[in-house]
Amino acid sequence: MNAADLALGEHEFPVAEQAEPQRPPRRGTLRLGVTTVATLLALWWAVSASGLIPPLFLPPPQAVLAKLWLTATQGYMDATLWQHLGASALRIVLALIAAMLFAVPVGIAIGLSRTARGVLDPLIEFYRPIPPLAYLPLIVIWFGIGELSKVLLIYLAIFAPIAIATATGVRGVDPARVRAAQSLGASRWQLIRHVIVPSALPDILTGVRIGLGTGWSTLVAAELVAATRGLGFMVQSAAQFLVTDVVVLGILVIAVIAFALELGLRALQRRLVPWQGQPH
Amino acid sequence: MSSLIVDRVSVRYAGATGLALSEVSLTVPPESLVVALGPSGCGKTTLLNLIAGFIAPDHGSVMLDGKAVSGPGAERGVVFQHDALLPWLDVADNVAFGLRLRGVPARERQARARQVLRLVDLDGYAGHRVWQLSGGMRQRVGLARALAADPRVLLMDEPFGALDAFIREQMQSLLLRLWRETGKRVFLITHDIEEAVFLATELVLMSPGPGRIVERLSLDFGRRHAAGEPVREIKSDPAFIAVREHVLARVFAHRASQADVSQGVIA
Repeated sequence: MNAADLALGEHEFPVAEQAEPQRPPRRGTLRLGVTTVATLLALWWAVSASGLIPPLFLPPPQAVLAKLWLTATQGYMDATLWQHLGASALRIVLALIAAMLFAVPVGIAIGLSRTARGVLDPLIEFYRPIPPLAYLPLIVIWFGIGELSKVLLIYLAIFAPIAIATATGVRGVDPARVRAAQSLGASRWQLIRHVIVPSALPDILTGVRIGLGTGWSTLVAAELVAATRGLGFMVQSAAQFLVTDVVVLGILVIAVIAFALELGLRALQRRLVPWQGQPH
Repeated sequence: MSSLIVDRVSVRYAGATGLALSEVSLTVPPESLVVALGPSGCGKTTLLNLIAGFIAPDHGSVMLDGKAVSGPGAERGVVFQHDALLPWLDVADNVAFGLRLRGVPARERQARARQVLRLVDLDGYAGHRVWQLSGGMRQRVGLARALAADPRVLLMDEPFGALDAFIREQMQSLLLRLWRETGKRVFLITHDIEEAVFLATELVLMSPGPGRIVERLSLDFGRRHAAGEPVREIKSDPAFIAVREHVLARVFAHRASQADVSQGVIA
């Protein structure tokens, strides 16, 4: 080797080896999922068509589908499917907005301050494991049977996961990032706004995903209380009259919406935090 | 007085029996590139954290240009071993982050970011995502971020420690060029002996248990490279090899004596 070979242009740098963002193969999983659902539907149809189980216990899929059309156009219990759905969606959206407004700052406080952690952490950990149905009567005694009680119940179910996830995210912020911002002159407020919250965003979004899941499953409980509209109410009242196809329909709609919410939030997470899972 | 002066600082970490740093004094005058070299546990990171203001000394003081250091501040720019960039910002916004914190208007800070990116040979990468860049490029973004804030001294915490040998040598050249072009004082810590000898105008050799400075050397290899002498010529210069071997011998001599001591305790 001669000197020319060794003199590798001192100030010239090779163009970056750009790391290709990696995506796991998703097609195979999707195909499997579709196959599973299709098999279950076929099985359902076969079992009900064979007459082994009376329609009172398991209505055939086509009856449920017909009921979907009927409730969507004419309604059930004085409201169409869309009105039931809208009532439920409004409750959960209100609860989610309120929970995010309060739980995120509370989570940040718990993550940053020992005092806030000492005061708030036991409170959250105390009520979090209680099933919403257990404290529902108390909420009704305090706040009556109006919309407030229903939204409050869902709100409480969503609040804890978001607050806990936010606190975890805040505590997990890379200390080097904090120091880097400090040595660029960041004030405490700027540190929270520009470093801590964006760093915790992936965890906050995970908290929202989990919270929305628990919130949605609390919905039926919330709508047990003197509701006249809502998917949970629809299922409940249909069950009282043994209208099994409406019960099944309601359950399916609740499930489909929960699934759609989950997929939507995952997409949002990929969009908002594309660096997650990348080596950074 | 226009210098960075570390005056007899001592640090003891809570729960630790020994001192992390014992009576360490150091001066980083203008135009200098001071390198602290030592094995892990010698207190070099503690020393850098003290100067950066991330920790406070139990005794002694740190003064920058006549003002006591009492916390982190923008006049002391820090480059971290693992870049510590913000992945939600693109390259230019990362570089301009310090200016944004200061309230510099967007147009002005973008112009400044592009200017500094050109300085570190990253023009054309302003809009890239930092997590799409290689380790060496990310480290240059970190360097650009510190420089864009126009600090009075640049503190570098094993900045090339995580890079492979080839990129590391390029980064050393880049640092020396920036050092000459910007005239910034630099305080850098490393455990790489060759890197320390090559870069330093003043090399302080540190030793653990308690962390202290055991030798100071005035060197000029970095200046020579900044003035245009090729890396290989310098690193194969007998004078360079002699200093490198001397430092190596010092480090190992100290290790051996420590081993003797611990054996003595056992016996």
